[in-house]
Amino acid sequence: MTCSGTIGILAVVALILALAIPLGGYIYRVFTGQKSFLEPVYAPIERVIYKLVGINPSTDMDWKGYVKVWLLVQFVMAIFVYLIFTLQGRLPLNPDGIKGMSWDLAFNTAASFITNTNWQSYAGEQSMSYLGQMVAITYLQFTSAAAGVVAVIAFIRGIVANKGKTLGNFWVDYIKVHTRILLPLAFIFAVAFVGLGLPETLQGAQIVHTLQGGTQTISRGPVASLEAIKQLGTNGGGYFNANSAHPYEDPRAITTVLEILAMALIPAALIATFGKFIGDRKQAVVLYVFLTGLLLLGAFTIYASETSGNPILQHVLGISGQNMEGKEVRFGESLSSIFTAVTTAFTTGAVNNMHDSLTPLGGMVPIVFMMFNSVFGGIGVGLLNILMFLIIAVFLSGLMVGRTPEIFGKKIEAREIKLATAAMLVHPFVILVPTAIAIVTRAGTSSILNPGLHGFSEVLYAFTSGAANNGSAFAGLNGNTVFYNVAIGLVMLFGRYVSIVAMFAMAGSLVSKSVMPKTVGTLKTNTYSFGAVFLAVVIIVGALTFFPAVAVGPIGEQLQMLAGQVTQ
Amino acid sequence: MANSKSTGLSGAIVNQAMLDSFRKLDPRSMVKSPVMFVVEIGCVITLLLSFDPNLFGGHYGVGSGERAFNVVVTVILFITVLFGNFAEAIAEGRGKAQAESLRKSKTDLTANRKLPDGTYENVPATTLRRGDIIRVVAGESIPADGEVIEGLGSVDESAITGESAPVIRGAGGDFSSVTGGTKLLSDELVVRVTADPGESFLDKMIGLVEGASRQKTPNELALSVLLAGLTLIFLIVVDTLDPIARYVGGNIDIATLIALLVCLIPTTIGALLSAIGIAGMDRVIRFNVIAKSGKAVEAAGDVNTLILDKTGTITIGNRLASEFVPVGSHTEKSLIELAVLSSLFDETPEGRSVVELGKEKGVAYIREEFIEAKNVEFSADTRMSGLDMADGTVVRKGAVDAIRQFVQQNGGIVPDDLEEKTNRIAGEGGTPLAVVKGNDVYGLIYLKDIVKPGMRERFEELRKMGIKTVMCTGDNPLTAATIAKEAGVDDFIAEAKPEDKMRLIKEEQAQGKLVAMSGDGTNDAPALAQADVGLAMNTGTPAAKEAGNMVDLDSDPTKLIEVVSIGKQLLITRGAITTFSIANDVAKYFAIVPAMFLLYVPQLQALNVMHLTSSRSAILSALIFNAIIIPLLIPLAMKGVRYRPMSATSMLIRNILIYGVGGVIAPFVGIKAIDLVITALGLAHI
Repeated sequence: MTCSGTIGILAVVALILALAIPLGGYIYRVFTGQKSFLEPVYAPIERVIYKLVGINPSTDMDWKGYVKVWLLVQFVMAIFVYLIFTLQGRLPLNPDGIKGMSWDLAFNTAASFITNTNWQSYAGEQSMSYLGQMVAITYLQFTSAAAGVVAVIAFIRGIVANKGKTLGNFWVDYIKVHTRILLPLAFIFAVAFVGLGLPETLQGAQIVHTLQGGTQTISRGPVASLEAIKQLGTNGGGYFNANSAHPYEDPRAITTVLEILAMALIPAALIATFGKFIGDRKQAVVLYVFLTGLLLLGAFTIYASETSGNPILQHVLGISGQNMEGKEVRFGESLSSIFTAVTTAFTTGAVNNMHDSLTPLGGMVPIVFMMFNSVFGGIGVGLLNILMFLIIAVFLSGLMVGRTPEIFGKKIEAREIKLATAAMLVHPFVILVPTAIAIVTRAGTSSILNPGLHGFSEVLYAFTSGAANNGSAFAGLNGNTVFYNVAIGLVMLFGRYVSIVAMFAMAGSLVSKSVMPKTVGTLKTNTYSFGAVFLAVVIIVGALTFFPAVAVGPIGEQLQMLAGQVTQ
Repeated sequence: MANSKSTGLSGAIVNQAMLDSFRKLDPRSMVKSPVMFVVEIGCVITLLLSFDPNLFGGHYGVGSGERAFNVVVTVILFITVLFGNFAEAIAEGRGKAQAESLRKSKTDLTANRKLPDGTYENVPATTLRRGDIIRVVAGESIPADGEVIEGLGSVDESAITGESAPVIRGAGGDFSSVTGGTKLLSDELVVRVTADPGESFLDKMIGLVEGASRQKTPNELALSVLLAGLTLIFLIVVDTLDPIARYVGGNIDIATLIALLVCLIPTTIGALLSAIGIAGMDRVIRFNVIAKSGKAVEAAGDVNTLILDKTGTITIGNRLASEFVPVGSHTEKSLIELAVLSSLFDETPEGRSVVELGKEKGVAYIREEFIEAKNVEFSADTRMSGLDMADGTVVRKGAVDAIRQFVQQNGGIVPDDLEEKTNRIAGEGGTPLAVVKGNDVYGLIYLKDIVKPGMRERFEELRKMGIKTVMCTGDNPLTAATIAKEAGVDDFIAEAKPEDKMRLIKEEQAQGKLVAMSGDGTNDAPALAQADVGLAMNTGTPAAKEAGNMVDLDSDPTKLIEVVSIGKQLLITRGAITTFSIANDVAKYFAIVPAMFLLYVPQLQALNVMHLTSSRSAILSALIFNAIIIPLLIPLAMKGVRYRPMSATSMLIRNILIYGVGGVIAPFVGIKAIDLVITALGLAHI
């Protein structure tokens, strides 16, 4: 660990917060129908879209109506991109003549991008045509992010309404996320990326003759535009197989800082948006403090573990120094560490270094962050998870102060707890059960590259990544098999939709409740002491369930490494 | 309920509870507590494995000690289940003993029922139906709940209230309700029956104290859901451990998996949950309050607004003398002498208070010295009372304007400062009484509403709990404001009519607040029904008792404050033990997980931070800790976590430190201690 590296990490996090908080205020204004200075641009465009699609923007929907369209729209999109993936060989915009995908890979990829996971069993430059990259991948990177944002906005409306019925109009919300938030931001970032050297072209791969006289195929394409939304939408699905470690996706230190900023921006901003909605700045501040604290704790754990390197290498081979395997020299340890922490905390899944090559302890942080799934979390859904844990925390602490628990004035009763428990239950279920199946079946174990505990970590990482809709991987595992394509595909779908639909149902139940006035007896949730309870609930309920798995995986591996054990 | 105030547990109750804890092993009753049901299933499985360790696969030989291990785990699990059942049984036990004594008072009652022709026939009390007319004479037990329609008599209600002093019950008014099982001591009553058999007050009470009609409250339901969810999560966790072990080249025996499962699922709160609820209701009953449902008690803990009548609740019903104010040229001493004289034979509380205050100020007369004087009682006409002395002197005290008129009629002059001083007293909310001798006004007696001692402190407590108090009074706003200020209530309604109370409740509820009130009259009934918590006085009318969701047997309206505390305590106890239960898991993980994988990943020994002797002793220590924590916490569950009014945040910090942080630390200590004992006994390597 160096001083400049430490400052670098802190500076990146400070930059994120400095930009996210004002953006949160802007997002609040978008969803409360306030005009922006670009109103003359947005309003006519939106009116045309409303007309084209035949929407009456002034009608509001109850939770069932909202969630029905929300699901239907995504289902139609998933079918659409599945067809593109399987048929891309016969479709235009395919200068490199890439073939259609197998059914299981297409299913996995469609599930992956519709759920904002961006798990990639395919290698982008070899198995995805330009049409697929733009019409399927880039398109879903916008829409899946938008789906997350509107879900949490609808939920927040359910919290703040006093004896209300409706959660807003899905179509209006969904269109506004695109026109007013994602597209403008993506445009700004894409232009910046082009300026900083990322390619943006529709021409096919270039064949070059090397100095030795050989030939080399250099893949390229519309990279900058994909890169912008890949990060902004906490998607993470790269243009190239190497993702942000590839010099065309992330050529220099400044671009990697921009990418970190982009992926953290909107999820971090939504906390401020939430604070605005409930009219409680301090609540947002308390959340920022604890979540940022966790983020930094993770980032510095990785940084410390990576810089201290592998003692076995020192003992056996006499190689000392930090662990640079799988890392890019142009980023170094500190930017690699913060990138890894942010990409898993915000469940983006982009990587600028190979997580599989991290030291066991360094590799544990991304796994644990994805198990929490609420250290800021993915776009929209992260805040939903935070709210779910808040509700469980409020329930326990409400009991402890002797009142029927209430969150922001709304009573938490059996129905809310039932739904929160369901939302909470699905995460360990879809991680642990498939992992257990994978490690005892041939279909599962045959894909494992490394023996011993690290092999187990690879499988655990894959399903945790799927369940958290992250998409990054311990890439030693060969995921492109029928077993993993189907299993991870299902895990991604269950991991996203069960909990979100449960939260929608909870919003439906909360919206009709009256807001209780605050009194001295009301448990304040915007205090640091409550924040500590929230943190304890996240850690004990969210992570304790995974303790045995983590103990056998990364913790065991770290202990083995420290003991000097080389193989199982 | 005379014997119900004792908090001790008799040997009989404990013995009965032990018996009941075996009876409750019936899976049909265990399934009501899903967490403990899982433990019971686990126990059955390990029992089967005790007979044949390889029943579900495996190759355990004779030397492996597997059978002995299974036997030990089975025994601990069995004891865990029994402990949970015992907690519930002992909570029920106290109620059952009470119910038994209540039942005695209703056996073999007969009734004189009026026939259509006006004569009476003797029938068993069980045949009485709502609307029947019965006659009860002195010495008989009243056979059913009802309303007195004729007569007046004194009734011994000690069977219900524990209060031995008889109370007066009579037709009309707010004291017309009688309860089956009580005894008429004097006179004769004609009563209209208001409850069918099985629905009487006594029946309801028996049901309540026995816990037979106990339903899960909304909060309990929500907590049960969460506990079931956690159980399911840990079931998944434990199920995936054997595959993990197989991947690293070994396997984990079923007894160990079950042991880990039982340690992780929230058995502590699962075992104590219903005991907490029963004990909470029991505490309410021990305050001599009958809650018609647990829901009402819980709602009491959430109350935001408390509406209290002024008279009889906040103040002691009567106005009392508090000051003597001389007028004109008269001294205070001469005024006091005259005032005491005017009240010497006055038996009203006001009159007595004047004599008392005089005595305090050094003026005392003996009645015998004025035996020739003629006592003039207060009348609505004259609005004065006093003495006609033997020497013809007329001494009077009375309403200021009546005295003024009296003086002017007798040709006297009203002192100039009388009006000003009268206005001052009235302005302060007091009642001025003028004192006159002949046609000479000596001064004023300041009568004041006296706030009951301790009320101010209680309202202060309520404010700390976040509860707003509203005083209801028929007084004018000025008087009301003075009392409100003196008592320290937050708000008041003056010149209140029953509709006003109703309106206030609805207004508060419209803001999402929960409202509690107490009342006894029939005109209170609609408001009692509308309020979220309606505490009816036992002396009140049947309509009021029907409308409220609690009845106070002592008819003390300030009991609401106790009920609020109990409601809160109930929730706090549940929350605290749940937190403790979940926090315990940290240490249990550190005990069991290294033990499980030690053979296959030896480096995990580093996680054995407690340095437990062997894998098996680690597992057994955790399991034994998990079991004995249940009986250790039974007293807490029964008594409830101590509740002191303080802000929600400081209470959260306090309880988190005790039950959360304490819950993390305690098992580390406990498990290590048990492991030391196991090791010392040489059982660590069974």
